[in-house]
Amino acid sequence: MDAELLARIQFAFTISFHYIFPPLTIGMAWLIFWLETSFIRTGDEKYKQIARFWIKLFALTFVVGVVTGITMEFQFGTNWAAYSRFVGDIFGAPLAAEGVLAFFLESSFLAILVYGESRVSSRVYWFSALMVAVGSTLSAFWIIVANSWQQTPAGFVVEGGRAVLVDFWAAVFNPSTMPRFLHAIDGALVAGAFFMMGIAAVFLLRGMHNSHEAENPTRVGAMKKLMPEREEKHHLVHKEFALVSMRRGLILGFIAALLTGPIGHWHAVQVAKTQPAKLAAFEGLWETQARAPLLVFGIPNTETERTDFALTIPSGLSLLVDMSPDTVVTGLKDFAPEDRPPVLVSFLSFHLMVALGGYFVFFTLAGLYFDLRKKLATNKLFLRLAVLSIPLPIICNELGWFAAEMGRQPWIVQGLLKTRDAISVNVPAEQILISLVLFALVYAVLFAVWIFLLRHKINVGP
Amino acid sequence: MSSLQIIWFVLIFVLLTGYAVLDGFDLGVGIWHLFTKNKRERGLFIRAIGPYWDGNEVWLLTGGGALFAAFPPVYATVFSGFYLAMILVVLSLIFRASAIEFRDKIQNEKWITVWDIAFAVGSILPSILFGVALGNVVRGLPLDQGGNYMLGFFALLNPYALFIGITGFFMLMVHGAAYIFFKTTGELKQRARTWIIKSWMIYLPLHLTAVIWTMLDAGYYSAALSGTGALLAVVFVVLIRAALAGKGDGAVFVMSSLSIVFNMIFVAFSLFPNLVNGLYEKNLGLNIYTSSSSQETLTVMLIIAGIGMPIVLLYTGYIYRTFAGKVE
Repeated sequence: MDAELLARIQFAFTISFHYIFPPLTIGMAWLIFWLETSFIRTGDEKYKQIARFWIKLFALTFVVGVVTGITMEFQFGTNWAAYSRFVGDIFGAPLAAEGVLAFFLESSFLAILVYGESRVSSRVYWFSALMVAVGSTLSAFWIIVANSWQQTPAGFVVEGGRAVLVDFWAAVFNPSTMPRFLHAIDGALVAGAFFMMGIAAVFLLRGMHNSHEAENPTRVGAMKKLMPEREEKHHLVHKEFALVSMRRGLILGFIAALLTGPIGHWHAVQVAKTQPAKLAAFEGLWETQARAPLLVFGIPNTETERTDFALTIPSGLSLLVDMSPDTVVTGLKDFAPEDRPPVLVSFLSFHLMVALGGYFVFFTLAGLYFDLRKKLATNKLFLRLAVLSIPLPIICNELGWFAAEMGRQPWIVQGLLKTRDAISVNVPAEQILISLVLFALVYAVLFAVWIFLLRHKINVGP
Repeated sequence: MSSLQIIWFVLIFVLLTGYAVLDGFDLGVGIWHLFTKNKRERGLFIRAIGPYWDGNEVWLLTGGGALFAAFPPVYATVFSGFYLAMILVVLSLIFRASAIEFRDKIQNEKWITVWDIAFAVGSILPSILFGVALGNVVRGLPLDQGGNYMLGFFALLNPYALFIGITGFFMLMVHGAAYIFFKTTGELKQRARTWIIKSWMIYLPLHLTAVIWTMLDAGYYSAALSGTGALLAVVFVVLIRAALAGKGDGAVFVMSSLSIVFNMIFVAFSLFPNLVNGLYEKNLGLNIYTSSSSQETLTVMLIIAGIGMPIVLLYTGYIYRTFAGKVE
């Protein structure tokens, strides 16, 4: 395998793995802040205890995000030296800003959240929760600034073989920054909400289990062996803990999932205007046309340059892009084959993401309905689905990034630098293979430990 | 423009010095981790650095980010040139951070032992590798027309760079022991005292040799400035031992920190105005004038740093105050 392909696989693998964690922590950070706020306002110890449990899970997740993030910052230099030289004048600044304005904030105040409860006042503790949430969100902002500049570069001139900054604010708020930032944060909130909901559902299901036991004493002995004794004692506490968490997850999850609609749409319209090849790949659109159809289902075929099994809404895409059926939407055939993104992957990732987004709205809406009917705690099917749905927003976030990054290919900086010209020429393929294998092994261990510790914390309970 | 480039040279070194002093002590604690077999004492080590390590490591990330932003070709050359070494550093940092956070989550002998080893190894490797990397940058790298270092991993293991790696390792050993001495009480504190003395006795001659070797071999910007930096570094290394005889708990750690600061100043003067020395001719390296970002970028970054860093120092200070005191 050649060095370029290996470098790309390594980047894709390490960034995809990394991206499991930051969205979870961003979403959870705001949920924890919400709980701490309730505690400050009501003085009810219950909120404090609930928050304490989630902070434990938060800390576990945060550390994996931090350590896999180090890999990312090193990797631009180690594997993408030509890229780094070309974009450093612009790309480096947001990374440095992320360090100064975000990383210090979140790491310092997380120390208080995890180790400092007995050492600071409840006001300071509340403020720390806020700073962790703000810090992690700011960190997302700066990294998305950097990536958005790759998508829609602005505020620069190319001079002496490199991009040179001429207008900082134009580069920071390039055409795709705000829609992408809000879209990514929105996705992070959904991920955090589903994580909280799913784990709360575990407790509710377990509570049900315990009450069955009481009705069916012959099985108590066997169950006791499987479950620690304290479970039963804390049964009621667990239930209230789980219901509060579940409700908050549902409310945030519903609002955030609903917002993916308008924000996602805003982002897609921006893509249509600034990266037409990407949009054409998302939509499997080959011919440039007015009254462009919206594809509900289909499989783009690169060889025949058509989309097979197409099920379409006539003029749908034109309407979505600019509210008028006469809007002309650019098709893939307007681009030379070597300048087209890999269509199938972009298309599938995009459509799967959209479908999952629809599921999140539907699911949280159903949950809110059950809650209104006071049946949330007893609806086994819903609770089981909530547990199974924990990974779905994470997968959805990943798919969104696949679509965003694949859709930009063959460019690493849209229209300016191709991915194949961006690698470190002095790093041989075999060294990348070594590092890739090492990353795969270490990350597999890391993932296993993370899951193991999460389960342990959940088993011990709040 | 040239003053901006000098300012950023200084700021990069401020960030790297912050990293060396701050993460230096928690790396140092990691080196000593396996020197005690006592489970409780190892737990104390972890707790002594628990609230700090993450913030300390941010100095490296911010330093790396600032290097990328202010001197992109240097970032590209060093990180790609030291490929395998950098990967080893990353993996080590992953292991030690996981160890610090995960070790005490499960009360099981084997679990704890595995993470203890991960913590120690993950601390020892970077402690050596950072020195080796710095040694190569100071000694000089043979670069091609595109600014690429082409000779691969094993050429980095030359005698000078290895020597700097080992010296740096003992520097952090002393520093880590000084931190343990500062943060603990009773019998463990007394043991930390002997650790300081023992590691210091090895560190002192290594340090003297490294300073002389560097001045003879790698050259310097000005003999007076470099000489002063070197002299003060040596003075503070000597004062570490002297402070141990005094009463104050923190004095040893302060002296150790100052010796690291002056070591970094000495390194800076060995490089200036280069960030990477050329191997055969010093002026064939990457210098701040030809390798910097544009005036616009450097100015914007200066504003960000000017607003951000004072606030960072403020709350970092607050965090250290909050967790001040001995670990029990």
